[in-house]
Amino acid sequence: MDVKATVLDILADLTGSDEVKENLDESLFDSGLLDSMATVQLLLELQQQLGIDVPVSEFDRQEWETPNKIIAKVESLENE
Amino acid sequence: MINLQPYQNPQYFILLLVALLPLMIGLYHGHRWRIYESLVSLLFLFFIFDAEKTGQGIALIAYTLIQTLIVKGYLSYRTNKKFHNKFWVFAGAIILSILQLVIVKLTPLFANGRDSIVAFLGISYLTFKTVGMLMEIRDGAIKEFDLWKFLHFLLFFPTISSGPIDRYRRFIKDYDKVPSQEKYVELIGKGLHNIFLGFLYKFLLGYLFGTLWLPGLEQAVLTHKSTVPWGLSIYLVAYMYCYSMYLFFDFAGYSLFAVGISYLMGIETPVNFNKPFAAHNLKEFWNRWHMTLSFWFRDYIYMRFVFWAMKNKLLKSRIAMANIGYLLLFLTMGIWHGETWYYIVYGLFHATVLILTDAWLRFKKKHRQHIPSNWFTKYFSIFMTFNTVCFSFLIFSGILDKLWFK
Repeated sequence: MDVKATVLDILADLTGSDEVKENLDESLFDSGLLDSMATVQLLLELQQQLGIDVPVSEFDRQEWETPNKIIAKVESLENE
Repeated sequence: MINLQPYQNPQYFILLLVALLPLMIGLYHGHRWRIYESLVSLLFLFFIFDAEKTGQGIALIAYTLIQTLIVKGYLSYRTNKKFHNKFWVFAGAIILSILQLVIVKLTPLFANGRDSIVAFLGISYLTFKTVGMLMEIRDGAIKEFDLWKFLHFLLFFPTISSGPIDRYRRFIKDYDKVPSQEKYVELIGKGLHNIFLGFLYKFLLGYLFGTLWLPGLEQAVLTHKSTVPWGLSIYLVAYMYCYSMYLFFDFAGYSLFAVGISYLMGIETPVNFNKPFAAHNLKEFWNRWHMTLSFWFRDYIYMRFVFWAMKNKLLKSRIAMANIGYLLLFLTMGIWHGETWYYIVYGLFHATVLILTDAWLRFKKKHRQHIPSNWFTKYFSIFMTFNTVCFSFLIFSGILDKLWFK
C-alpha cells in the first residue's frame, strides 16, 4: 500500500470522518479535527504501520497542518 | 547606580530605543552587528540586576554557568556514539536543570515567605528554555552546541523577565540571519504597533482595572465578609471580572512589549495572546492564552507523557490516558505558580473542565445531526467559556483565601 493511502486511512480513523480524504489542504488543527492526543496517536500509527520514527521534538504543527503536508512530510522521512 | 526594570516607565523605552537604533540601522542595511547587539544586551541585563538587585545578578550568573555545563554535558553525552541514550542520564540532567528553580519555589514555604538567595527575576522562564532544550537533545533534534548562541538564547533580554518562551532552534534560525530589507521594514512596523498597543493595554487599561478599580473592589469584598453567607457578595462578582481584565491587559501588554522589541532586533519571538476571550471552549482558550507557556506544557509534558503512556500501553483506555495527561499538566502548572491551595485548585479546575470538554466534544461528534449549531450556540459557547475562565481567575487571584481563611 502506498504512503498516501496509509496516511489518509490513519487520519480518517483518528478524526472519525472521511472529510480528510476530500479536502487535502484543510488545516486539521484549526478545524479541531486533530488535537494533541490525536497527534500522538498519529505519530504512533506512523511508527507501527510505516516504521517511521518521528520524535515529539520534530513535530511542528505548522509543518504537519494539512493532510497534504503530512503526506509530504512522511514521504520525505521515508526516503531518508 | 541606576536600576531599570524592564518596561516599567517611558524613560526605559526611550533609552532602549536609542540603544537599539544603531542595531536597527545595521539590520536595515543587511548587517547584524553582533558585538554591538551583545553589548546592548549585557548593558540592559546589567540595569535589571545591578544596585539593590546585585544579589539576584550573582544568582543569575551562577545559574547561567550551571545550565551551560548541564546542557553542554548532556549534548556531549548524546552525540558520543559510545553511549546509549539512557533514560536515567536524561532524568538526571532534567533534575539538575530544575534544581535551582525548585529551591526557589520551595523556599518561601519553609522560610515564612522569604525569598531564596538563589532567586532572580525570570528564573522560571529561563528554566523552561533549558528543559525544552534538554528534551530536544534527548530526541536528537538539537545536535550542536555553540556557547555564544546558547547564551544569547538563554539571556535574550527583551523576554528575560516573563517570556514569551522561545525555542532554541527557532531562535537560532532568526539570530543566524538578517531579514531582507522589505521583511525588516514590515517587522519594524509590526514591532512599533505592538509596542503602542502594549502602552494602551498595560499603562492605560491595566492601570485602570488593576490600580484604580481593583483595590476598592477588594475592600468592598472584604467588608462584606460576614454580612452574606461565605462572603459571596455581588462585589466578589465585580472583583472577578475586574481582576480577569487586569490580568489580561497587564500580561498581554508586557508580552506585546517583549515581542515588539524582539521584532526591532530582527528576532520573531512567538506571540503570547491571540484574542483569548473569543475562544468557544476551554481547549481553544489554552491555544490563545499565554500561548508559549501552554504550548510548552503541551509539547514537553502532555504530549510526551501521552506518547510514553500509549507506547508502553500503560492503560487500556486512551481517554483515561488523555485525562491523566491533563491532570498531570495542570497540576504541574498549578504547583509552578506557587504552593498555595488556590493555585493547585486553579490547576485542578482547568483539568476537570478540559476533561468534561473532551467528553462533550466526543458526544457532539457522535450526535452531530441532533445538536443545533447556529449563531446563538456560537455566542453562547463564547459567553460560557469567558465566564468559566473568569471564575478560574477568581480562584487564582487568591482573594478567596483572604475571604475564607485569613
